[in-house]
Amino acid sequence: MKLTINGESRQVDVPADTPILWTLRDVLGMTGTKFGCGKALCGACTVMLDGQPIRSCVTPISAAENKKITTIEAISEDKVGQAVQEAWQSINVPQCGYCQSGQIVAATALLRDNPNPTDEDIDTAMSGNICRCGTYTRIRAAIKQAAQQGDK
Amino acid sequence: MTDNNLPQIENISRRSILKGFALSGLVLAVGMPAQLLAADEKQKYGRDGMPNGWVDDPLVFVSIAEDGTVTIVAHRSEMGQGVRTSLPMVVADEMEADWQQVKIVQAEGNEKRYGNQNTDGSRSMRHFFMPMRNVGAAARMMLEAAAAAMWAVPVAEVKAKNHQVIHAKSGKTLGFGELAQKAAEMAVPENQNLIYKSADEFNYIGKKDNKLVDGFDIATGQTTYGMDVRLDDMVYAVVAHPPAYGDTLKSYDDTETLKVPGVIKVLTLPSSPPPAVFNPLGGVVVVASNTWAAIQGRKKLSIEWNAGPNRQYDSAKFRETLQASSKQKGGKVIRSKGETYNELANASSTITADYYIPHLAQAPMEPPAATARIVDNVCEIWTATQNPQAGVDTVAKWLEVKPEQVKVNVTLLGGGFGRKSKPDYLVEAALISKALGGQAVKTVWTREDDIQHSYFHTVSAEHLEAGFDESGNTTAWLHRTVAPTIASTFAKDAKNEMPMELGMGVVNIPFDVKNIQIENPEAAAHTRIGWYRSVSNIPHAFAIQSFIAEMAHKTKKDHKDFLLALIGPDREIDPASLKDDWNYGESPELYPLNTTRMKGVINMVTDKADWGKTLPKGSGQGLAVHYSFVTYVATVVEVVVNDDGEVSIPRIDVAVDCGPQVNPERIRSQIEGACIMGASLALTSEITFKDGVTVQDNFDGYQVTRMDAAPKEIHVHLVPAKDFNQPLGGVGEPGMPPVAPAICNAIFNATGKRIRELPIRYQLES
Ligand code: FES
Ligand code: FES
Repeated sequence: MKLTINGESRQVDVPADTPILWTLRDVLGMTGTKFGCGKALCGACTVMLDGQPIRSCVTPISAAENKKITTIEAISEDKVGQAVQEAWQSINVPQCGYCQSGQIVAATALLRDNPNPTDEDIDTAMSGNICRCGTYTRIRAAIKQAAQQGDK
Repeated sequence: MTDNNLPQIENISRRSILKGFALSGLVLAVGMPAQLLAADEKQKYGRDGMPNGWVDDPLVFVSIAEDGTVTIVAHRSEMGQGVRTSLPMVVADEMEADWQQVKIVQAEGNEKRYGNQNTDGSRSMRHFFMPMRNVGAAARMMLEAAAAAMWAVPVAEVKAKNHQVIHAKSGKTLGFGELAQKAAEMAVPENQNLIYKSADEFNYIGKKDNKLVDGFDIATGQTTYGMDVRLDDMVYAVVAHPPAYGDTLKSYDDTETLKVPGVIKVLTLPSSPPPAVFNPLGGVVVVASNTWAAIQGRKKLSIEWNAGPNRQYDSAKFRETLQASSKQKGGKVIRSKGETYNELANASSTITADYYIPHLAQAPMEPPAATARIVDNVCEIWTATQNPQAGVDTVAKWLEVKPEQVKVNVTLLGGGFGRKSKPDYLVEAALISKALGGQAVKTVWTREDDIQHSYFHTVSAEHLEAGFDESGNTTAWLHRTVAPTIASTFAKDAKNEMPMELGMGVVNIPFDVKNIQIENPEAAAHTRIGWYRSVSNIPHAFAIQSFIAEMAHKTKKDHKDFLLALIGPDREIDPASLKDDWNYGESPELYPLNTTRMKGVINMVTDKADWGKTLPKGSGQGLAVHYSFVTYVATVVEVVVNDDGEVSIPRIDVAVDCGPQVNPERIRSQIEGACIMGASLALTSEITFKDGVTVQDNFDGYQVTRMDAAPKEIHVHLVPAKDFNQPLGGVGEPGMPPVAPAICNAIFNATGKRIRELPIRYQLES
């Protein structure tokens, strides 16, 4: 199967129903995208498919044919993604960090669509992403900081 | 990262250490044996009382390359508390290293070399602040001695400053890199000769804006957690574990499993009978070329289990048993002062309340995972563990080899919360590798494995009674606490709470009440009971701090005033006088229970939260205070309860007195996290059993707080310490216990409804 991942074209040989998550992690060795629940309940595995955030643990690789996958490893190639990553570091958002790939991808997708999200917009976009360490107040602050960055 | 042939192993901490220490340029290299305290027979406290104690040898913890790079070993596990930043930062500051030129490497599990590594009990900074200062001061003095020798000037004339040593008289300077070779030849100063920096010279310690060492790697997806480890020719395994505690495998059929593309092999692991200790659960193992194939293969297994002794475990029934014993006079008397039963019978008025707190699973965001291989009779493991030495010892026992034949490399942990203190999953990986002839294998726990096979937080019934005189002063306090004990995981038939569990807020209540009776009736365990962030403090603080609010309401007093009066006059209390001989392992002289500090956090938090302010209908404030891990925490929560009975939390204020604050930014983040984890267990989280098996198995059933339900604002207020010589308190856990009672006290003030069982879930729906 031919895929486009982070702008590179890749060839993988896996059954068509293999989730994107495990193709990335185990077959291609791209472990930035995390496994948290396997059931679209936690958001740790969030990647973008043609710019839309998706749960890669329940999306078969066949759904990615002729589409573009963007993962945390290439989020910085996008201006919004870069602003999000910078805000994350300047606010020291992470605790353990395990959920943060998914949080950053989800936040980037939100800000690309909606450069000035309200608290409610943030709740809607981000409530699929669990942070067991409890970094939500800082995630909210970082999204707002990244949004301001975009205003400049 | 995208190249499959990249030597992935280079990402792993252990390799970095090897590289760092073995290759040229790093000269402060091989260490001396651990220097432990002289072994006297006296009771040892704090870091002296921990297995394998502590090490402060600069040759173990610091190396300097000729290019000036200072490499500092982080020997405690990083799981979100920031220890990989904070402890090395202490070394760097004390040695005058420039943080920009510091590299951190993670220690493998080896307590003889590094001192205690069991990252648990909110102890890392409390126990290792001084040893790390010693390391840094010694390294700095060796660099200064080297410079003085090279310039042939008295050492008193030179001073280390910002990664170089300066001779002010001549204006000469030498960088740390230039001095590395010579410094390594200098004698390590004796501890009594160490000269420490004064607090006003600190560059990082106590400063507000320290950045995380792993911040960039996390933001760019480049970190390696246990789940991310990749070795050459590695296969993947998942295990079908016995469903109930004590079940064993009867038979299985793997015909369909072996048809799944990618499945390589099916094998079995033996189960061990309870008590569980850290033994693996056993079961049927599916080995495959990737995780997904292994999971699919597991689904296709058909397995028959022999029912063990716990198939009857049913949470609804067990709750009745627990509550019945909590309401019955008797059980082991833990503390008895005065004539509590008489006083209650003769009191002018009394109040009684029963509280219930269910099982919980730690559910760290990264489920357990371990990668193992066996080469030349050495089993090497890469994993996210809080307790690598326990991993070494338990794996050695199961493989029947010497501990020297087991290496445990510690990756970053995607959360721990106590789950990753138990190395059952390391043993599993080692046994699977052994069964595969030593091949590298990553054993992955799915979320279902994690939630169904946690070492669960216990389930508790707490019965409280109090008596008052005519003026509403408290004259008697009765508390019966019933909960399966952690001891049951290690010893058959243990049914009473251990001193450690009782010392978590049941016996060590500093209340100024004449008659106090505390009892602990027996409770049997039917699952693996373990520890979960802040442990028994959760049920104890929930019951006691809710009850105190109920007492205040009953006697028509303001909760805060009532609480302060109950604590009584300023004093330092010897924990032993409260029948607490444990005291978090700390010296009673160094860490008495200090009521001034406890009242201090109450006053601070109520002040900052504007306690008693007017709020609209449906809103309320709630207060709770709790002392745990030798730290004082008071919390005020503001809630809004809407007409549908849904709770939201606009604001939480927390006052924390944990003594000196080495990395205040990470203290704040730990307290923020505790507020959210505390909200989870108050609002939605619960593990229940039916037929010995958990009803919940993923985040749909086991619900945790998400962004939309999280507190909107969390304000952390730190009580300043006099200086950095005061004893340090714990930080990772003590933020948790007051959260749930403060939420429930706020709900009472908002609605008049008293919550006595957790989680709240739908209890407020009318
Ligand atoms: S791993 Fe995909 S949503 Fe949790
Ligand atoms: S930072 Fe640990 S789960 Fe979010």
